[in-house]
Amino acid sequence: MSASGDDFVTRLTAHGFDFFAGVPCSLLGAVHRALESRTDLIYVESTREDEAVGQASGAFLAGRKPVVLMQNSGLGNSLNALASLTIPYEHALLLVITWRGFEGKDAPEHIVMGDAMTRILDSLPVPWQVYDPLAFDRQLDQVDRHFAERCPSALLVHKGLLELEA
Amino acid sequence: MSSPRLDREIAIATALEILPPDAMVIAANGHMGRALFRVADRPGAFYMIGSMGLASSIGLGIALAAPERRIAIFDGDGNVLMNLGSLATIGVKRPRHFLHLCFDNETYASTGGQRTISSGVSLERVAEAAGYGYAARADDAAAIRRAVSLALEANGPSFVLMKVAGGGLPPGTPRIPFSPPEMTRRSRERLLPER
Repeated sequence: MSASGDDFVTRLTAHGFDFFAGVPCSLLGAVHRALESRTDLIYVESTREDEAVGQASGAFLAGRKPVVLMQNSGLGNSLNALASLTIPYEHALLLVITWRGFEGKDAPEHIVMGDAMTRILDSLPVPWQVYDPLAFDRQLDQVDRHFAERCPSALLVHKGLLELEA
Repeated sequence: MSSPRLDREIAIATALEILPPDAMVIAANGHMGRALFRVADRPGAFYMIGSMGLASSIGLGIALAAPERRIAIFDGDGNVLMNLGSLATIGVKRPRHFLHLCFDNETYASTGGQRTISSGVSLERVAEAAGYGYAARADDAAAIRRAVSLALEANGPSFVLMKVAGGGLPPGTPRIPFSPPEMTRRSRERLLPER
């Protein structure tokens, strides 16, 4: 199953997501390319993933429906922002996180976080789903339920699920 | 011998004199937010109690989502140093009505007064190099009034650094009396009054 980056973004904007911030991963290369050229949304190329979480908080305060995109290496960078801003202040947010190190198969710098990521998300907690292109709309409905509860949630995207790469 | 540094609360009050009442205020964590709250609590002001460094990022998110809003960040030197990358993002996105105030006491006051390294780096020059349209240093009340007035006229992000005295908060200064969810409600009501 393949899905273009533009289609992925369109599925998100159709669910009302209108503010995107993050740091790229090659697994989402086509998504970032689409975001760069779209004029129907706000896109920030953040210098760090926790910066993106802060920007998303600001957007949420101003009534937007934000998405933060990151490689799972960036989840580590984001923990304090999630733990002391997003969650306690009840700022809803969708995290699209690529799963480098999935099943222990990747370059060495990704192995630790590839193994630890879901346990880290569970410990905050931040609910997560593994992205399923055949069930994307249903997954976004679940994200919307978390939004209604003012709760962040994550969609985990690993290699092989879809072709959104650069 | 250099003249004594301006009291931080006087610097805050002076900046607030010039800042229009419709400005959306975002305050950094620690003593910065508590000092601001003690001087004046602007309606809907957002006080960050953790996430050190992110006040300017929160402000940028609001500015991009609501470009007609005037944003004022009440930041500290430790906070700015922790998120220097944010200066670049702000410089590049160029929000039009974005005032970034840095009350620089060269101290991590909230953790017992350890020094920051801000005496060794001109944060206002970093902001200027990052693309802020206006960047200035102001060390007395008259200079603050001038700098903030000029910053408000600038069509792009502005940075005003004020060297202020160290030392802790006056005794009896309360913590921010709102819970985080209450602060989110207050700020959203301010930004989205029609909801």
